[in-house]
Amino acid sequence: MKPKQIIYLLFVSFFILACKKEVAQLFEGFHKPSNFPEPVYKFENNEVTKAGFELGRKLFFDPTLSVDNTISCGSCHIPTSAFTQHGHSVSHGINDLLGTRNSPPIMNLAWSNSFMWDGGIADLDLQPIAPITNHVEMGESMANVLRKIKNNTAYGNLFKASFGTDEISNIKVLKALSQFMVMCVSAESKYDSVMRNEKTFTTDERAGYVLFQNKCNSCHKEPLFTDNSFRNNGLQPSDLNDIGREMITLLQADKYKFKVPSLRNLQFTAPYMHDGRFLNLDAVLEHYNSQVQATDNLDPLLTNGNKLGIGLTTEEKSKLLTFLNTLSDRKFITNPLIAEQ
Amino acid sequence: MKKILFIAIAITTLATSCKKDTTPQYNTSINAPLSIEFDNVIGSSNLQLGTGNYTNAANEQFKVTMLRYFVSNIVLTKTDGTKYTVPQDSCYFLIDESKLQTLTPKVNVPEGEYSKIDFVLGVDSLRNTKDLSQRTGVLDPTGNASGMYWSWNSGYIFFKMEGTSSVSTQTNNVFQYHIGLFGGYATPTLNNLKKISIDLTTRGIVKVRTGKTPNVHLLVDALKMFNGTTNISIATNSVVMASAFSAKVAENYAYMFQHDHTEN
Repeated sequence: MKPKQIIYLLFVSFFILACKKEVAQLFEGFHKPSNFPEPVYKFENNEVTKAGFELGRKLFFDPTLSVDNTISCGSCHIPTSAFTQHGHSVSHGINDLLGTRNSPPIMNLAWSNSFMWDGGIADLDLQPIAPITNHVEMGESMANVLRKIKNNTAYGNLFKASFGTDEISNIKVLKALSQFMVMCVSAESKYDSVMRNEKTFTTDERAGYVLFQNKCNSCHKEPLFTDNSFRNNGLQPSDLNDIGREMITLLQADKYKFKVPSLRNLQFTAPYMHDGRFLNLDAVLEHYNSQVQATDNLDPLLTNGNKLGIGLTTEEKSKLLTFLNTLSDRKFITNPLIAEQ
Repeated sequence: MKKILFIAIAITTLATSCKKDTTPQYNTSINAPLSIEFDNVIGSSNLQLGTGNYTNAANEQFKVTMLRYFVSNIVLTKTDGTKYTVPQDSCYFLIDESKLQTLTPKVNVPEGEYSKIDFVLGVDSLRNTKDLSQRTGVLDPTGNASGMYWSWNSGYIFFKMEGTSSVSTQTNNVFQYHIGLFGGYATPTLNNLKKISIDLTTRGIVKVRTGKTPNVHLLVDALKMFNGTTNISIATNSVVMASAFSAKVAENYAYMFQHDHTEN
């Protein structure tokens, strides 16, 4: 090897090392953004550590968690799409099988008291069992997941570093996944900067914000942009006739109700609704303007006298969209700490 | 006087010996083992998984391939009325007809005579909401309880019976009864937890003392899941899982348990 080549190699290695170091140093533990309420995740049962978070990140992007080793959690929750499966109306699992619902974002989950569109899961630690074992998602058994992880030398001493003992268990797998997921905090949008008095809205953004507060904030409550409730927003049921929350509670009063999704990072999470039926935000706003259907349990907030929906003029829609774009958090979707390594 | 003395001595001896025979000395401050045998049957036949042919009240023939249920929160009542609650952490049992060692769970209770056993058929709502780290052993949803847990509607399946019947509407003529639902996390929903109370006075109280492992032998008639307040028809309801109808199945199976005898 010529000296020139050696120098070049050293130079490149230096940068690679430097980059690596930079990512490692980004970890600062879980911090509540100053404009957020207290989280509901029980950190006392699962303290987030650097090692546990890194183990969780590795597991999140590990396709061996699926039966044919092709689909990882990150396949349907892609960081650059704010942890959704961009372009897919419903989740796309093993063997090209399709689910029935749109992959929701992994974002600000420490503030969520229920998971899935129907809220069937109440504890984040239990959540990954559902997609891992679902036949059209990852189709694997937890027993096999454990066996594969134990045989995978890439995990080396990550479990010991995270939990203090060599033992590898599914409970630790799930706790580590939670440590990764709660760290996916999006609070660096322009909206957040404005709320923290670091920036100001433009005139149109402010006008959109006022409209938002009048027409949307009851369900998409600030600062998380969801009130974590279940509501029927008047979508025409599809042939599948997904009854939503009623599947969980067996209560007719919950028919067609789905969890109110956060509006944060909307720009990156198309398509929209529980079944991904709307390809863009114009279609979403038009739904609320003129397409709301009087199905069972339609949310009362969407009934305005004899008129259904919230009524939005073209100009109002444009202002709303301007405001909604201030919820985009580019730092979140490009954060190397929570990206696949 | 001699005669009287003799009679007195005789009576005393008899009385003491009688006492000794019927009332062992109990040290109520120490615990001793007790087993409860869940002997699964169908009507008056022993349950034979996969092979036995049975008929329900709807006159449908069927075979049983799987029978599992959770027993938890055992409370024992002494003949004097005092109660002993088995510590909850060591009181979850998954009875599985295909695993002999699961059919006779053991608990440790203070020495004494007990005339009543209460337990919960299922996993109580509190444990259904506990942290993952407190769901070990038979409650591990990623291990031993993996077939007894709904991941999409987080909660344990309390009772699971599967089998085949020519009248089933399902593929391969299977029938599946997976009954759970503990009342819901946030929204109050259907609660299929059943409290079972077994009186032991007629068929033999249980005498718990160190050095012995008395056994309370229960007959668990799985046919009662079909035959009861509502006669369950396999043709009409080949599959019952998380649905309002599951309450009917649970009402029926709450009557499965009968005390047969006690081995002291």
